[in-house]
Amino acid sequence: MIEFRAVTKCFDGGTVAVDELDLVAQDGEITVFVGPSGCGKTTSLRMVNRMIDPSSGVVAVDGQDVASRPAAELRRGIGYVIQQAGLFPHRSVLDNVATVPRLTGSTRRAARRRAAELLETVGLDPALADRYPAQLSGGQQQRVGVARALAADPPILLMDEPFSAVDPVVRDGLQDELLRLQDELDKTILFVTHDIDEAIRLGDAVAVLRVGGILAQYDPPQRLLAEPADDFVAEFVGKDRGYRGLSFVDSDALPVHDLPLVRLGDQPPCDGWLLAVDAGGRPRGWLEPDSGGGAVTEERLRAGGSLHRSGSPMRGALDAALSSPSGLGVVVDDGGAVVGAVVAEEVLAALRERRPGAA
Amino acid sequence: MLGGIGLYLSSPTNREKVLGLLGEHVYLAILPLLIGLAVALPLGALARRGALLRTGTVQASSVLYTVPSLALFVVMPGILGTSITSPANVVVSLAVYTTALLVRPVVDALDAVPGHVVAAAIAMGYRPARRFVAVELPLAVPVLAAGVRVASVSNISLVSVGALIGIGGLGELFTEGFQLRYPAPIVIGILLTLVLALVVDLLLVGLRRLATPWAHAGVGS
Repeated sequence: MIEFRAVTKCFDGGTVAVDELDLVAQDGEITVFVGPSGCGKTTSLRMVNRMIDPSSGVVAVDGQDVASRPAAELRRGIGYVIQQAGLFPHRSVLDNVATVPRLTGSTRRAARRRAAELLETVGLDPALADRYPAQLSGGQQQRVGVARALAADPPILLMDEPFSAVDPVVRDGLQDELLRLQDELDKTILFVTHDIDEAIRLGDAVAVLRVGGILAQYDPPQRLLAEPADDFVAEFVGKDRGYRGLSFVDSDALPVHDLPLVRLGDQPPCDGWLLAVDAGGRPRGWLEPDSGGGAVTEERLRAGGSLHRSGSPMRGALDAALSSPSGLGVVVDDGGAVVGAVVAEEVLAALRERRPGAA
Repeated sequence: MLGGIGLYLSSPTNREKVLGLLGEHVYLAILPLLIGLAVALPLGALARRGALLRTGTVQASSVLYTVPSLALFVVMPGILGTSITSPANVVVSLAVYTTALLVRPVVDALDAVPGHVVAAAIAMGYRPARRFVAVELPLAVPVLAAGVRVASVSNISLVSVGALIGIGGLGELFTEGFQLRYPAPIVIGILLTLVLALVVDLLLVGLRRLATPWAHAGVGS
């Protein structure tokens, strides 16, 4: 548990970076600090491992004031991941990951063995172990950064905009990976970002900070979207927060309809929109109505919309329906095979049903 | 001309003398280089602690370098209490020049170490001394090496001036040549000084490459 008790940080020159912050980050949860530049999110994070000392107030880990512990020793027990990974350019990937175990007195051999395990944990090819950081892609470097932070198995991880320097596709993958890792490892994570989408996706609890280091709201993400505390938070979480809020609504009650299918290479059985599937039942694209007879080939298909995986939140269902050329959102199972279709009107109806006071 | 050189070197006494002076030249140039580097490193690191300290140290070192070398050679015995013919006068003087020459490159080289890498080292629990040796110094090598190369050439050429006070390595061939109005030793002295500077420079380039394998590893290899 990480506690901020009335923590204030004024820098030389009088800038107030953090103003009377009171907040508790629970064990085993991802707590996200989000806000615009100058909101003190990074400063707050760095007060946990004493890279910055508060002007007043107390930062405590498991009830103990961090100021009461020698800084270097404290830091070895707290994993730290930063933007651009901050890897040591002059050390191999393996030796980068082995850094903290070496500092805490492990033998070189034991530290490297541990490092090799961790590369696997974060999904890196062991063949990369002997490379230098400059020889890796941005996404791979970030994974090494995470592995390095985990090497001493610290209960706490501090992550300072770790994924902001990589492209969106890679970022998505890294976020998934972090959630998967967290499922396994159950760390207490403080995560700083300026990206509200990332905050909502990763956070068990999200602290929205405004310029001057004032805590505007501290709540679970669904609550942040549903009940922003004030105009600042409402504006910060964005205009499509209603849509984003669907990420927290399950789609179990949504009716799934049969879908007219045609296998690639077969004759279309009827007119009207047809979804073409491959031999494994996976969707390939849509055949438009009245597009004539003859075997269905890839060239005749229109690209499909997004796919809604069965059992995933409502957001995906609505997006599948809205992005499908036929208006029928394609539902697939975990193996990617077509299960059926959802329609947008029924998504809306299902949401109406959930509202308090609905008949 | 070439005949003159050949004639000069045909004498075993002369050959022995030239070799001895070459050895002395190497010693008088390289030892101060090592001492100067050892002094400039902590001095440069210290200079980065504050803006005033930085400007003060860097400017003081520039001023120091403008002191004429002959003057320094001559006053050094008075400062050190050594005899006027002691090699220590030259070694210490050149160490002072090397330090003066290297303080700025050390500051620049440490400045060139990426801030996020240093921050990561702090966050992982490095204490300052170990961080300096294990992280900042290795990463400073590429910029630092350029400064060391300049200092080595500077030393190798300055050693010759010591000949005027009797300790000058290959420079003594110049005084000898001038006194005897005999060009061969002068040409030999110039050529060997050039070759020595070149060889030392190549060695330093090689050392730098050995110390920075990470800077030459191909991307995606």
